[in-house]
Amino acid sequence: MKFTYIGSRGNEELNSMDWQAFALTIRLAVLVAAILMVLGLPIAYWLAYSRWRWKFLAEAVVALPIVLPPTVLGFYVLVALGPRSPLGRWWETLTGHTLAFTFEGLVIGSIIYSLPFAVQPFASSFSAIDPRLIAASATLGASRLRTFFRVILPLSVSGVVTGVALSFAHTMGEFGVVLMVGGNIPGVTRTVSIDIYDKVQAFNFTAANLTALLLLMISFAILSVVYALNRRVWVIWRWK
Amino acid sequence: MDMAKAHADSIETVPLVSTAASSQVLSVQVRKRFADGFELNSEFTIPSGITIVFGASGAGKTTLLDCIAGLTVPDAAQIAIGSQILVDDAQGINLAVRFRRVGYVFQDLALFPHLSVDKNIQYGLAAMDENAKRLRTDAILESFRIPQLRGRKPAEISGGERQRVALARALVTEPCILLLDEPLAALDAPTKSKIIDDLRAWNQAHRIPILYVTHSRDEVFALGERVLVLENGRIIAQGTPHEVMTAPRQETVAQLAGFENIFDATVLAAHPDRGTMTCQIVGSSVELETPLVRSEVGSVLRVGIRAGDILLATVAPAGLSARNVIQGRIVSLAQRDVMVVGKIDCGVEIEVHLTLAARDSLHLQPGREVWLVLKTHSCHLMAN
Repeated sequence: MKFTYIGSRGNEELNSMDWQAFALTIRLAVLVAAILMVLGLPIAYWLAYSRWRWKFLAEAVVALPIVLPPTVLGFYVLVALGPRSPLGRWWETLTGHTLAFTFEGLVIGSIIYSLPFAVQPFASSFSAIDPRLIAASATLGASRLRTFFRVILPLSVSGVVTGVALSFAHTMGEFGVVLMVGGNIPGVTRTVSIDIYDKVQAFNFTAANLTALLLLMISFAILSVVYALNRRVWVIWRWK
Repeated sequence: MDMAKAHADSIETVPLVSTAASSQVLSVQVRKRFADGFELNSEFTIPSGITIVFGASGAGKTTLLDCIAGLTVPDAAQIAIGSQILVDDAQGINLAVRFRRVGYVFQDLALFPHLSVDKNIQYGLAAMDENAKRLRTDAILESFRIPQLRGRKPAEISGGERQRVALARALVTEPCILLLDEPLAALDAPTKSKIIDDLRAWNQAHRIPILYVTHSRDEVFALGERVLVLENGRIIAQGTPHEVMTAPRQETVAQLAGFENIFDATVLAAHPDRGTMTCQIVGSSVELETPLVRSEVGSVLRVGIRAGDILLATVAPAGLSARNVIQGRIVSLAQRDVMVVGKIDCGVEIEVHLTLAARDSLHLQPGREVWLVLKTHSCHLMAN
């Protein structure tokens, strides 16, 4: 099977590292990780502390992107962003173009795709906090918001860093959702993983290997940081 | 008293509603049922000063404190400190935890591990400006004699110091009521008594209701002006430590306090002039001299004796102040950890705890004739 490319490029382009795609990927991953931190913290807070009886349903929805094939997810995101959906139409009247096959669309798809990788480490570090500390904060007159910023967040640093790093790394390496939602437009939606696929399709294994190796090393470095942090080899704050 | 002075200073610089809290009455009426069948159902009123809540673990002590603090939502409740209503079902009032002005020292202290000692103490002073905060913190650190700990993290200081920090953190906010959940349970005796002195001094200066939860009898006598005995979620006795601990008590209370020997005993004679009574253990000829309690001659009471309060002699002892010497024979000796549990047949079987060294140097063995020695005040009388 062969993909229909939206973009096109010559052979000489496929022979070397595509730095444009690399920069775009980094920009996407940073943006997605940053948005997920802001978006993920309240979701995780709710998942960790809510006593709503149907909470498990929300947990399942948040975890869905882990098990769904990226193409399935990408397909629904594409439909949701397309000109026939309310969201797509609203965006079109606002900006004059649809979300599909744009960088913004890619960001939205990636946020959904990487959501569990941010929310789950956040939530698990929140629920690991001794509830008596939260109770103590309340008896000392602190509001929920103050308790969150003064007690919960500082004690969850490693979980938050893990979540942000994982969502960054996960976005760096995504393929299926990007292809479905973004296509392959150089400088707009062509990411490193798509670039690698392109190069392999063109039998340019050397360049593919170069790019793949770079992605591998970045992912390894990020995961090393995450695991080192969780082992508390370098303890940021000392306590029992 | 430097603590009172420090307090006065802080009031001048920081106008807070603090003196309004003095000599308030805490009234509590609370019911809470749990899924496992346990039910807290208590009603009491206490004035300012230290009130001990005494009971075994699982009696509902912490749940009671949590209901007052608002950390547990009761099924039905009416809780007020003076005119300030914390909870009232009838009026639909349920004040949020953070507005209750409750000082709560948790059993595990719950110091914030990521904050230094002074940041922990200032945590409850968020509304004040930096200067006022510092004055308050200095004063409380000084009065608890821990100014040198200021910059340290909770993990870097000793257990006794952590205890003081937790107390200081709760007290610096000038709460309307203080809840202490076994705050000294983990400490050695000298540290404990120093902190108890500090707490007493603070109590003298502030006079707010203080609920002090413990299962230690020593702390009951050392601290309490009043005692509430909590059992199975209910208050089964209350009064001064002397009243509660010396009156004929519910048998279960005594069992909580760890009596290995519990017998029925008939009152043979009362000696009000000497403050004692003579009782005979039912089903035996053993007579005991016990402390005097309110009871009729001929009535049957329960007597509880701790196995560790009994001395054992291999020859008939003489010249003792102890009033009870009971002859018997060793039935069995069993080693439990580093202690020997002896069963002595005296007409009734009495359990005695001995050290390994005592067993060996006295060459004790089953069948040996022995004398048990027991002070009058080691016999604890309870309602039957």
